Amino acid sequence: MITKVFATIAVVITGSLLLYGVTEFPSFGDPHSPPNAGVKGGGESVSQYFITHTYKDTKVPNIVTAVLADYRGYDTMFETVVIFAAGIAIFVILRVVGDNSDPTRSGEGKRTSPITSDHNRIIIGTTCRIVIPIVQLFALYVVAHGHHSPGGGFQGGVLFGASFILLALASDLNTALRRLSEKNYFALAAVGILIYAGFGILCQVLERNFLDYSILQKIFLTDGPEMARSHSMLGVEVGVAFTVTAIMFSIYANLSSRGTLKNGL
Amino acid sequence: MVVAAIISLSVKDLLSAAMIFGIYGFLICLLWAEMGAVDVAFTEASVGAGVSAVFLIATIYNTKRKSSD
Repeated sequence: MITKVFATIAVVITGSLLLYGVTEFPSFGDPHSPPNAGVKGGGESVSQYFITHTYKDTKVPNIVTAVLADYRGYDTMFETVVIFAAGIAIFVILRVVGDNSDPTRSGEGKRTSPITSDHNRIIIGTTCRIVIPIVQLFALYVVAHGHHSPGGGFQGGVLFGASFILLALASDLNTALRRLSEKNYFALAAVGILIYAGFGILCQVLERNFLDYSILQKIFLTDGPEMARSHSMLGVEVGVAFTVTAIMFSIYANLSSRGTLKNGL
Repeated sequence: MVVAAIISLSVKDLLSAAMIFGIYGFLICLLWAEMGAVDVAFTEASVGAGVSAVFLIATIYNTKRKSSD
């Protein structure tokens, strides 16, 4: 009880300090605030630089994707590695390799799913059969169009992974694992990162900095470094999408089946 | 949005807490879309409201459903 009182006092003090700090911030969308207008005496601010230079440099209308995949591509690459590491961590913690004959668990595997009636299976199965292709098509659109409209590798990858999760929820985990087996999804995740790093190393081979895409115009035969950067962003987003798709599904598969990859939800 | 956050923290049934957390994620997504950050809103809609709610529910089904504290 006393700990709760102390915790409440600590939360109230920290929260009021944070709220007090917020009052000093410039108001939302203020054109004269330092992040938007730059500091006095300095040059133009970062956001001004991106707004004025992004389209000229990369021919990519979506500034967010351009910043993520090009200007700070190194950062995004290791974000993808973090996602991969999360998938590996969950694999290491949860995965039970081999047939588990643990007596405490043997009964639970046979638990029937809440949907046992055939009628429900037909309705859910048919709905998913219609919805999953639409979800996957939309996910591919989000990845492929990420540098022109909102979206990109992460969102498209999550959507694509969600379509596999939907399949696993609608029927059972084995049906989804037949489409994307454990070996395949970890290979897919690794290939995603290798695509991203490959773009970086390709630039190094052509005697530029790591992930300096503009030199790739020699390979893509585009008319100018801008389009090379635009195409490389698309390639990098595809790599991110591979990793995110695979890891999202692997996390779900391990969580829902207690690491046995059998009899999921 | 704040109400959804508080309810999801205080409710005893973990499954409904996960569902309300999904609602909270969706409301945050709407807030970001309103503020013009469409990319962030898209990420929040897919990750926060979609996949993480599914992960929480999958975990809850394999553990005890009721919270003890």
